[in-house]
Amino acid sequence: MNLHMLLIEPFVEFGFMRRALVACLALAIGCGPVGTLLVIRRMSLVGDAMAHALLPGAAIGFVLGGFSLAAMSVGAFVGGLLVALLAGFVTRVTSQREDASFAAFYLIALAAGVMIVSLRGSSVDLYHLLFGTILAVDDAALILIAMVASLTVLVLALIYRPLILECFDPAFLRDSSGHGALYHLLFLGLVVVNLVAGFQALGTLMAVGLMMLPATAARFWATEIWSLALLASLIALLCGLGGLLISFHGNLPSGPAIVSLAGVVFLVSLVVGPREGLVARWYQTRRTHSLSTR
Amino acid sequence: MAARLGGRTAHRRALGGRRVGARIGATVTTSLAQVRNLTVSYRGRPAISALTGSFTTGSLTAVYGPNGAGKSTLLAALAGRLAAANGSIELPAAVRARTAFLPQRAELDRTFPIRVGDVVAMGHWARAGAFGQVNQVQRRATADALHRVGISGLADRLIGEVSVGQLQRALFARVILQDAPLILLDEPFAAVDTTTTADLLGVIRQWHVERRTVVAVLHDVAQVRAHFPQTLLLARKMLAWGATTDVVTAVNLAQLRTMAEGWTLAGDDWREAVAV
Repeated sequence: MNLHMLLIEPFVEFGFMRRALVACLALAIGCGPVGTLLVIRRMSLVGDAMAHALLPGAAIGFVLGGFSLAAMSVGAFVGGLLVALLAGFVTRVTSQREDASFAAFYLIALAAGVMIVSLRGSSVDLYHLLFGTILAVDDAALILIAMVASLTVLVLALIYRPLILECFDPAFLRDSSGHGALYHLLFLGLVVVNLVAGFQALGTLMAVGLMMLPATAARFWATEIWSLALLASLIALLCGLGGLLISFHGNLPSGPAIVSLAGVVFLVSLVVGPREGLVARWYQTRRTHSLSTR
Repeated sequence: MAARLGGRTAHRRALGGRRVGARIGATVTTSLAQVRNLTVSYRGRPAISALTGSFTTGSLTAVYGPNGAGKSTLLAALAGRLAAANGSIELPAAVRARTAFLPQRAELDRTFPIRVGDVVAMGHWARAGAFGQVNQVQRRATADALHRVGISGLADRLIGEVSVGQLQRALFARVILQDAPLILLDEPFAAVDTTTTADLLGVIRQWHVERRTVVAVLHDVAQVRAHFPQTLLLARKMLAWGATTDVVTAVNLAQLRTMAEGWTLAGDDWREAVAV
């Protein structure tokens, strides 16, 4: 078995692998910048809760319309957005810590989603909803994913300045002109549509993985928002490619393969990343220590 | 009339050709912000009660008092971030829209990947907005502001890479660009080194010369005495408000201490501050 057979042939020979690869590329383009913004806003947990909230929405769509892309996507979108708004509302009106209410929401969403799917579907359906079926991404799903990627890039380019300001110093924006809530809401909308796109391929449990893990890993290498986003997209793409090959050759489910690979990239970055990585940190403390004892 | 015009010309000269606000501060003793019987609650408890007085146009006022005295609450209310539970703050709409508020630095995330120059340039927001261009003139103004606070060389650094004092200088530069008639500073020198404090006091003095109205929460009596002509002594209620020489007296400071004695919030740190 040579390298060509290992890396190229699966995509040459099988249409579903090519489609899956294009899906990964499109997902990577959208998830990179969105994930980066989530991470630097310290909203990782929010992303997690929103991803889980897709499940009951998609499940209701599934119960009403069967395995239809449109029904499940709309349901997932509504579910995700509802939880995002609800969680924001709860944090504003109660003094409860934000993470606690998000954890509560995502447990409720997961439990309710599994119950709803089980009402109508089989355990295979449930498995597909939770972990996705990237190898069965059809043309309609591909178009949806590509549309989401294009929309994400366009909207981010348009609202970049106010969005960054809203992330960094929301109170300043509020004092200066208001509209901060509008940009925040637009951003949450982008998070949800990207999760919906990801859920077609990776399932509701894994969708957030391709968003958070590459963005978190990128923080150990890059310093600026644009370079973080670019690097996150690149990592996501490579993990998509690698994950597909692993899943093809090893006969493993593709979603978990892709996300596991992203997990490996994160762990490696955590150890050897030049910015605040463990090795870099260890060297730094040792150097300052030897300087101070001298 | 002639005297008034003369005053206006002098005023403009002092600004170096810049005008503060739209016709604000033409005469010497007009009140910019009128506070009437103001009660503001913070987290369900009244943090300030029945405060009455006024900030005159172009005044430079220190707000001084123990921890938990409602100083930050007062600034937030002046900035329009907190609503009055009772009473009112009367502020011309043009001023309210262009008030510059520098909250305690702790509210900013220093790991956020943004450059010092970009933070400063946010001061152009009122004119450039979400989609407007930042033109050559504004870029030069940004460079000038960086120069005035003494960090010209740091524009391209990330905020996590500069010191606390340098970041505070950058935030002052942002306030300079906001070109605001009313400037609110909440503990601007907390955890800031002495050189930076001296430089930034110079910037505040310049704002005073430009007849901007400045209100600063401080906890260093010596600083208040040396640099702030007006003082408001606050301990949930107003103790005294007026010229610093009349207001900041040993008797009043002792009184301030007694007022705070019953509070659970009052720690030891303000006692040290008062003792200075």
